[in-house]
Amino acid sequence: MNTVPKSGVPYGAQAPKVRRRRMNVSLLLGGATIIFWLIVALVGPMVAPHAPGQVVDLDVFSPASSTLPLGSDYLGRDVLSRMLIASRFTVSIALLATLLAATVGVFCGLLAASSGWVDAIFSKLFDTLSAVPSLMFGLVVIGSLGASIPVLVGTLATVYSPGAFRTSRALARNIAVLDFVTVARARGETLPYIVLREILPNLVGPLAADFGLRFVFVTLLLSGLSFLGLGVQPPNADLGALVRENIAGLGFGAAAVLVPTFAIASLTIGMNMVIDAVSGGRRAGGRR
Amino acid sequence: MSLSGDPLVRLTGLEISVRDAQGQDKIIVRDISLEVQPGEVLALIGESGSGKTTIALSMLGYTRGACRISDGTVEVAGHRLDSLPEARLQGLRGRVVSYVAQSAAAAFNPMLPIMRQVIEPALVHGLMTREAAEDKARGLFRALALPRPDTVGDRYPHQVSGGQLQRLMAAMALITDPALVIFDEPTTALDVTTQIEVLKAFKAVVRDLGTTAVYVSHDLAVVAQIADRICVLRDGMVQEQGRVEEILFHPRQDYTRALVAAAAARVPAAPMPDLPRDAGDPPLIQMRDVVAGYGGVDAQGNPQVRILDGVSFAIERGKVLGVIGESGSGKSTLARVVAGLHAPASGRVNLDGYTLEGEIRHRDKEQLRRVQLVFQNADTALNPAVSVGEAIGRPLTFFHALRGADRKAEVARLLDLVRLPAALAGRLPGELSGGQKQRVNLARALAARPDLLLCDEVTSALDPVVAEAVLDLLIDLRRELGLAYMFITHDIGIVRAIADEVMVLYGGVPVELASHEALEGPLHHPYTRLLMASVPELRPGWLEAANSAFSCGSTPGAGHAAGCRFFQRCAVSHPGLCDVLDPAVHVGAGQTIACHRGFDGLQATPGIAQGAIPA
Amino acid sequence: MIAKRVGGALLTLFLLSLVVFAMSLLMGGDAAEAMLGQNATPEALAGLRAAMHLDQPSWQRYLGWLGGLLRGDLGVSLITKLPVSTLLAPRLLASLQLAGLTAAVSVPLALFLGILAAVRRGSLLDRVISMATIGVVSVPEFVIATLMVLIFAVRLHWLPALSSSRDFSSLHDVVRVFTMPVICLACVVMAQMIRMTRAAVCDALDSSYVEAARLKGVPPRRLVLGHALPNAIGPIVNAVALSLSVLLGGVIVIEVIFNYPGVARLMVDAVSTRDLPLIQTVAMIFSAAYLMLVTSADIVAILCNPRLRHR
Repeated sequence: MNTVPKSGVPYGAQAPKVRRRRMNVSLLLGGATIIFWLIVALVGPMVAPHAPGQVVDLDVFSPASSTLPLGSDYLGRDVLSRMLIASRFTVSIALLATLLAATVGVFCGLLAASSGWVDAIFSKLFDTLSAVPSLMFGLVVIGSLGASIPVLVGTLATVYSPGAFRTSRALARNIAVLDFVTVARARGETLPYIVLREILPNLVGPLAADFGLRFVFVTLLLSGLSFLGLGVQPPNADLGALVRENIAGLGFGAAAVLVPTFAIASLTIGMNMVIDAVSGGRRAGGRR
Repeated sequence: MSLSGDPLVRLTGLEISVRDAQGQDKIIVRDISLEVQPGEVLALIGESGSGKTTIALSMLGYTRGACRISDGTVEVAGHRLDSLPEARLQGLRGRVVSYVAQSAAAAFNPMLPIMRQVIEPALVHGLMTREAAEDKARGLFRALALPRPDTVGDRYPHQVSGGQLQRLMAAMALITDPALVIFDEPTTALDVTTQIEVLKAFKAVVRDLGTTAVYVSHDLAVVAQIADRICVLRDGMVQEQGRVEEILFHPRQDYTRALVAAAAARVPAAPMPDLPRDAGDPPLIQMRDVVAGYGGVDAQGNPQVRILDGVSFAIERGKVLGVIGESGSGKSTLARVVAGLHAPASGRVNLDGYTLEGEIRHRDKEQLRRVQLVFQNADTALNPAVSVGEAIGRPLTFFHALRGADRKAEVARLLDLVRLPAALAGRLPGELSGGQKQRVNLARALAARPDLLLCDEVTSALDPVVAEAVLDLLIDLRRELGLAYMFITHDIGIVRAIADEVMVLYGGVPVELASHEALEGPLHHPYTRLLMASVPELRPGWLEAANSAFSCGSTPGAGHAAGCRFFQRCAVSHPGLCDVLDPAVHVGAGQTIACHRGFDGLQATPGIAQGAIPA
Repeated sequence: MIAKRVGGALLTLFLLSLVVFAMSLLMGGDAAEAMLGQNATPEALAGLRAAMHLDQPSWQRYLGWLGGLLRGDLGVSLITKLPVSTLLAPRLLASLQLAGLTAAVSVPLALFLGILAAVRRGSLLDRVISMATIGVVSVPEFVIATLMVLIFAVRLHWLPALSSSRDFSSLHDVVRVFTMPVICLACVVMAQMIRMTRAAVCDALDSSYVEAARLKGVPPRRLVLGHALPNAIGPIVNAVALSLSVLLGGVIVIEVIFNYPGVARLMVDAVSTRDLPLIQTVAMIFSAAYLMLVTSADIVAILCNPRLRHR
């Protein structure tokens, strides 16, 4: 079920020089993309030329011009302004949900790794949760509770906490059997000390990579939900919602639909590039 | 050095480099020139990182990972392996040169039956039919003294013991009658009693088939038995080459001398004077009839799988108990029981006369402080994310409430105590060498100011010269601090050097408990004798002379409930007695053995003359 | 051991029924009110509630529902008043056709590409495959689908934008209906499978026994097929199962975009009309399918491993 990153010796002869440079390039490129979107999410709405709901153009799907750098959308609103607000929604909701999922998952994972019966209960619980297809779970929960932002964050976090749980549990179990943990136990250290001071510091790297991966999954699911009309509700929008509402512009290649599409892709590809570079390209895909 | 004729193997000016993550080439093996004559066995010896395996693999035209042959030539049986394309090399590997790996357990494919893998070289090179190959394999199984040679091939690797797998791998290497066989540390992972059997089998086959071989090892005593010539390597360079006798008895280089000195039997340390104590004082630590294991508990309160079965001993203040046994004898569990990491099912552990609780959380801090554990593998015993100073400082804060400058000063003092510079406190374990890590590991245990150190194989993961130094440090520390040790090891030589008393464990049962003097005496439990007789000595010809009258099989006695655990391997057993009744305990001068024969009966058994410590 | 796996899966299935029922409780609302509309008399409402057992405490309703499920009685749709099984059967068949076709296309192709990338590790081919899979994994499935519609339906007019037709009178019709949804789904599924297969085969190729086999003179093809693959089967089967379970989620978006008349489409409609019996059943079917995939992967892995087989 679980794929924990492993490092290994490369097979056969190859040119590590090329490989290394490629890794650095993808780290730089991916990192720059992520930082770009973080900045956009942070300051974007403040510098937006128009209110997101304001109709500024009589023409719909108009091409880019000096007044409307990304053209107008299906109602004649400014695409740039809507993009800036949508990026903030997508990035902040995804970040919050990932943070929540990681916190719950890692906490339960560490707890499970340190006790037998807690492990049995949590494992079964999270296994059950992950058996419901993610989009279906979102469909039903949001369909019944309404698409408010807390509900969105909660749903996304619920869907992706089992993955964080499984990863941190597996990692922690591998470390918990090492001799230095045994030495600490033999010294009489308390469980919280052992978990926080001996085990956790060794998990930071792999968990960071897992966090990035989960951020990608959350972003994709959020966009999928928005595409089905279950995401951020009008007049606000996230990137997925922008694609949905402007889908009619696809036929003539309107920026209103293409820009948010590429925005989602660059965000997730950028994150994937960073993770791949950091974990040496040996990461296998997890469950989406 | 070659006497006559063309050598089978000739390396000239061989240089192997590895490309690191930054794309820089780093030379790991440089300017190696050596020859192997047909029918000769050459040993490559050196510590980890000396390049011995890398050089041996180059004789197969193979380099691992990002390594490559960057200069020089490799010539084997008339083929220039350094310049051949991969497809041609593939035709030579397994046919002209073959390979026996260090861990056969990892080198056998777990998914395929053994026979299929053993005959594969013969089949892929199209040398014989499947039937002929299988026949030949069974012949080799017999020649290698494998039990059940006709059916062992039908098994999967996980169903066969490590010593047998190692011999099966040799059969796989020999099935094509190659011109050269590379043995890469083939007995390192084995217990001594198994190692001697495997070595004997290898030697017989190499002699009978006239095989030319390159034998890679870090163990000079093992190499002395099987090689004609030795090549000593260090940091990827040849230190010295010569005939076995030359290297062992007339080493020219300082490094070779250090290596020979480390491999020679140690002079036992001067015994510690008894610490002053009242006659009525209880021993520092005392274990009484401890039974420990896994699985559910039966009607008598005993666990299903018993790892320790009725172990008793006592250690006085400042004394050293050596615990010796092979893998699976329960020696590590013994340390875990004393440390409170494994609660015994029955029996008692007393500290200064007070009974210790089975589990850590029921022991008080003072009890925990007095007993400290030191592990074998310093790589896993130190937290890679915690600095040296923090690792040593934590017990100071935990047990002695030291903080700030006081703690820093004490950390520096402890580092000095284990002969390390105080500046190391700021480093992470990853920046230290193996020997340094083990010293930090010791310093952390000493920080608690314990009365008893539980040392679990503390020197076995280290290179011989480094291990010697750590052992010397332990002996010094004991003198300086008046510490008591429980010293767990598989190496009887170390026990002789450091212990005041020795306990021999077999299958979780103490078969012998002997004082230092009694250990040097002639009479021992048959298993102790086997163990002593199995440790290779640093002289050629020992293997041939080594008496195997002590053992009649390497399969540890599993699955029989009653009687002596050693029955199935014992050469002097009484069938009908030993396999039915638990052995009686006989007490002699400074010595206790659990054997039906008793001291008188053992005196009369054959082979006792050699059973004494060979001088 | 196998019995243990199956037992574990059944336990999870039982827990799942609790989760699904709890989710449907969340939907709340009053189905009776929804059915009768605003103007219904209180008596009529009460009567309907009793008829639908809505007046019972939730645990009784759960037991009744579970019992029905076990007997094969899936209940009656609140909206259409038709038995759920009648509504579901044709939709399920359609979805299975789509999923089956996708699996048939993607599994062999993904395994081939994954193994190829692992064998040629570090080569240009490996890097191209790796980049492509990262790209596809990173893009939501609706983006791939819309791009395909844009290219093949809008620009090139090769295929219809919608796949709602159920008329399979000729091979041509089948191709027209299935090509785009299958390619979209396969893209998503394959990316995962390729990455995990590659990782599994790489691990096996890095092992000591493959090195030992190389040093026996075993040729490359036999090295991969005879030595590395048998050891990678467990992880690969697991990868296939996990990837196909991704299909269960991806199918929802794809069916909506192409207006394909499958179960997922039914589900989306049921959520918007709050048709509880329908939602519960579809959720159970999807979850059970996931469990079946994962459990059978576990069992195959056990059967393939002599260490687990010969206990």
